[in-house]
Amino acid sequence: MARAISLILIGTLFGAGLALSGMLNPAKVAGFLDLFGVWDPSLAFVMGGGVIANFIGHRIVTRRAAPVFGDGFSIPTRTDIDSRLLLGAALFGVGWGLAGLCPGPAIASVLLAPGEVALFVLMMLAGLAVGRMLTSGPAARPAPQA
Amino acid sequence: MVIDFDSFTPLASLVGGVMIGAAALLLMLTHGRVMGISGILGGLIVPSDKSDVRWRVLFVIGVLAGPFAIMALTGAPVDRTPVASGFTLPIAGFLVGLGTAIGAGCTSGHGICGLARLSIRSAVAVGMFMGAAIVTVYIVRHMVQGG
Repeated sequence: MARAISLILIGTLFGAGLALSGMLNPAKVAGFLDLFGVWDPSLAFVMGGGVIANFIGHRIVTRRAAPVFGDGFSIPTRTDIDSRLLLGAALFGVGWGLAGLCPGPAIASVLLAPGEVALFVLMMLAGLAVGRMLTSGPAARPAPQA
Repeated sequence: MVIDFDSFTPLASLVGGVMIGAAALLLMLTHGRVMGISGILGGLIVPSDKSDVRWRVLFVIGVLAGPFAIMALTGAPVDRTPVASGFTLPIAGFLVGLGTAIGAGCTSGHGICGLARLSIRSAVAVGMFMGAAIVTVYIVRHMVQGG
């Protein structure tokens, strides 16, 4: 029970942070990505705040033998840079630039603006399924990281 | 470079970012998992086993509730203006899903979590998706729409 409540609250904290930060606003995301237009640097503060908070805590947290509710930490270990990583990131970037939505904000927006976002999310889930099938061959990594 | 000071929200964005980072940290502390949304969703669509589904569903329920929690706290609606419509939305959605599955991560997994672990692999992915997104916005705004 404590485990279930903790998961819902952590998800809520994430969704609330996205909403406060401006990440749920496609026009703001596009304004950040529009380096060559009238540029809104706000979202650099989101990334900065998120990375710094996580960077400081991560070292302390992973010093534990195990997480509070689990057997062990599941941390990505891959360090190679292959064509799959580059191609996948490039395709993702094009989609992100087109609609101003990445996976977290898309999910967090779906109840706020279902007319705009529901079809996006359905197609995103379809894309995830196709991508997983394409990369589940012998060379596939055992545990995709994100 | 021209800064859009009318839209600039450094404090709200910084606080929101710290909340996102704190959520990632708490998910690692409590469940030992990386808070990568594309991976969490991917594991729901193609589950490895039943016990692996429940935590993902509960987390997503929280994410859905998050914007309503912040609206209740601040008493203000979440400001959002779409930039895409029509066929662009489903195409963009498919590219986001496909790309994050192939590249094993999105803004949260490679961005917030990967960069915080100082992963070079994630830094390269972030550079690539940011670059592709910047080029895409440039083409759409300044070439197609002629702004």
